[in-house]
Amino acid sequence: MSRLSTENEALAREIIARYPRPKSALIPLLHLVQEQDGYVADDAMEHLAELVGVTPAEVLGTCSFYEMFIRHPVGKYKIDVCTNLSCQLVGGEELLHHAEQKLGIRPGGTTEDGMFTLEDVECIAACTEAPCLQVNYRYEYKLSNEDFDQLVDELRQGDRPEIPNHGTLGLVRQHIAPDRLAGIAAPEVTGTPAWFASRQPEPEAAK
Amino acid sequence: MSGRSSTASNNYLPFAPGFVDNDGPKIVSTRFGYEDSHTLARSLATGGYDGLKLALRRSPAEVAAEVKEAVLLGRGGAGFPAGIKWGFMPPVWPRYLVVNGDESEPGTYKDRMLMERDPHQLIEGSLITCYALGLNQCFLYVRGEMAQAQENVAQALNDAYAAGFVGKNILGSDVSIDVVLHWGAGAYIVGEETALIESLEGNRGMPRLKPPFFPAAKGLYMKPTIVNNVETLANVPWLMLNGAAEYRKFGSEASPGTRMVAVSGHVKRPGVYEIEQGVVSFRDLFYGDNYCQGIRDDNELKAFVPGGGSAPWFFEDQLDLLQEGRDVGSAGSMLGSGALIVMDHTTDIVKACLRLVRFFARESCGKCTPCREGTAWEEKVLQRILDGHGRPNDIDLLLEIGKNISPGTYPVASFAEQGLDTVPFPPKQTTICPLGPSSVAPITSAIRRFRGEFEAKIDAAQSARVEA
Repeated sequence: MSRLSTENEALAREIIARYPRPKSALIPLLHLVQEQDGYVADDAMEHLAELVGVTPAEVLGTCSFYEMFIRHPVGKYKIDVCTNLSCQLVGGEELLHHAEQKLGIRPGGTTEDGMFTLEDVECIAACTEAPCLQVNYRYEYKLSNEDFDQLVDELRQGDRPEIPNHGTLGLVRQHIAPDRLAGIAAPEVTGTPAWFASRQPEPEAAK
Repeated sequence: MSGRSSTASNNYLPFAPGFVDNDGPKIVSTRFGYEDSHTLARSLATGGYDGLKLALRRSPAEVAAEVKEAVLLGRGGAGFPAGIKWGFMPPVWPRYLVVNGDESEPGTYKDRMLMERDPHQLIEGSLITCYALGLNQCFLYVRGEMAQAQENVAQALNDAYAAGFVGKNILGSDVSIDVVLHWGAGAYIVGEETALIESLEGNRGMPRLKPPFFPAAKGLYMKPTIVNNVETLANVPWLMLNGAAEYRKFGSEASPGTRMVAVSGHVKRPGVYEIEQGVVSFRDLFYGDNYCQGIRDDNELKAFVPGGGSAPWFFEDQLDLLQEGRDVGSAGSMLGSGALIVMDHTTDIVKACLRLVRFFARESCGKCTPCREGTAWEEKVLQRILDGHGRPNDIDLLLEIGKNISPGTYPVASFAEQGLDTVPFPPKQTTICPLGPSSVAPITSAIRRFRGEFEAKIDAAQSARVEA
């Protein structure tokens, strides 16, 4: 779609300021783009390149490495079914197969109404609650086929308001009030923190 | 337990489920009994940030010495003592602490729980560590897929900053430390510490060659950097409050304290347990009443993964081993990230083996040729065996590919059963990081123990071909 909105650009600048070097903010910023548009568009990557001072190709280089960044529109809800060993042992693959039947798509595909994208994913750290899946990175545990059908119906009917659209991660962001910030410095700024020097019995000068 | 409840909203838990209280000593899960364990109010009502207060009254060197004396072993996989790792930092500033919350090893489920259910404990542990190391910039790297963990940690940081526990002039002292929440975007390899640093610099998460890039000397922005696992740092507040001597009363001499283990697969009561290190055997854990209560349907155990997808498999012969890093290492595997996956006798070993190998093939970053090409071939050959198109030399081919990634004899526990000396973990590698060799673990484990099952599938494919 597009570049970051004015509001999101301000947020982007706040995020960048938390890092010793601007490029470090790239992954959180790509998530911000995906939160705004649902996917990562070329224009947006060019905008990020301007904001952090790298080339658009470098942004693409980072973006294309990570599985969560998608460079084309996907469904409103991305359903990620885990099929790794812990889930496979108790029915993860069967659940994925059922999901394919129910939604009429294969992993990577999106339903015609643009509601669902299906994906088979690697371990999502809920191994004791297998088989499990995530809808836009929100967990569902120990699912039977009926549970899956009910989930899809609820999502279609808008009964799961706690699950935001694809692209939005945590609904709470870190904000540091300027007067509470200790101070992020560039890596070129050397010297020990004053509090450390004063609390060391033997200064490092001894070395 | 049934799956989702009938009303949608009831299913939306503010934190990770699956913790099982086994009545044992608790160090990191002390607040897990509370529904609001993730809040600042609950943390403060139960001794939260008291360890930090205590630390600030001592010198950084004393704090570091306490942790070193406790022998706080890293809980991320390698099991290296944190206190010794900290000592590797040269006297160079700036220096950084990076908290590794990129938990993605197959079967591992503990760091997410610690971040979602007690984020203040992790923040406090990170702050004490920053103080001990004399640094003022800490990055808390949370796995991308863990939206709830990011949310809970963000809220905890916002509350802790506002209450004066983090940031400028912590608790009214002259000490100022920033803790920044950072999150990933889906890459297993980023759990490797040099790849994590690359990722935190905004780059593709590919590991760096060690040497020269040992993070303690040349890490983030080529400055000294300590990368510690979430669970490791979650131990620090308790350790600070109670002291190294108390800490060492739990667990064994070589592996003091407790650790969080996730047991999944074919057990009656899968769950995340906090157990004493080095004193609980695998048999206790799988069959004990306080733990997993046996194999499902009272089936027979076929194999188990003792420490995450990268660990060579164990079998019933190893059940009586204690979960002690050194013992498990000399038996040819590792405790890794505390992930135990249990397979009963109904398990199709070829299928299970393929699934883990496929994981490594998908997650190979592509930097080193033996891993990039080798893992893809391993997957391809295993897939055709499973699909009934196996060829007579496929088993040798699999072992041959494995040797290109990890030359020499690969550690396999079942050597003991054949009267051979076990090969201690870790194996040799032709790659920069251990991801490639990890893909060899399920293959050598499964073939050495269950070669007949591979042969049966290949033989069936051959006779089908002759008949056709």
